[in-house]
Amino acid sequence: MFAVTALGILICMVLAISRALLGPTVYDRIMAVNAFGTKTVLIIAVLGFMTGRPDFMDIALVYALINFIGTIAVLKFIRYGDMGWPRNVPDEPDDL
Amino acid sequence: MTWLVDGLSGLALLCGAFFVIVGGAGLLRMPDFYTRMHAAGVTDTLGAGLILLGLMLQAGWTLITAKLLLILIFLWLTSPTASHALVRAALSDPQNPPPLLQEDIQSVPSPSSTHLSEGERIEQAK
Repeated sequence: MFAVTALGILICMVLAISRALLGPTVYDRIMAVNAFGTKTVLIIAVLGFMTGRPDFMDIALVYALINFIGTIAVLKFIRYGDMGWPRNVPDEPDDL
Repeated sequence: MTWLVDGLSGLALLCGAFFVIVGGAGLLRMPDFYTRMHAAGVTDTLGAGLILLGLMLQAGWTLITAKLLLILIFLWLTSPTASHALVRAALSDPQNPPPLLQEDIQSVPSPSSTHLSEGERIEQAK
């Protein structure tokens, strides 16, 4: 049962990574990588049960957090050209 | 009673795997960015929910179930947020092709030329 589920998730990961490689726009690629990260969380959880080591749930939880933050960060980078820091901050004075 | 829980868990896992595969196929085959976003976002919720529900039924009343529930809540909060941010960014980008409308789909005869017209729309947007 776990093996079949893991196989299904792996098939979906292959499809998502091919969309990330094909994707005509940058948003297609970001979406595909986001979906890939979600499937990674699922496959970590399923593999933890498959190998009888359910401690992997912590790793899956951390991966879910990193996946969300990473997607938002990449979107901000694409949109603003930097990580969204304020632009009107004056440069540091030369004499410091 | 265990056979019932095992059966339900197996059913949830298999349904989740099915939805995940359907989402991946939609991610690859849909004609337009926004339809692909629909496939990815909707099946993220259902596929992940069913698979984690199946794992929760396997684990029983333990700390593992609490962690799985935490993952599930977090995915259900962040997946729509990320989809929303992504679509807003794509819509506000003038270089991005606009969403496919009904007339565009009807004027396109076959999937192969759908792909061609997508490239053309990107060229037009540029």
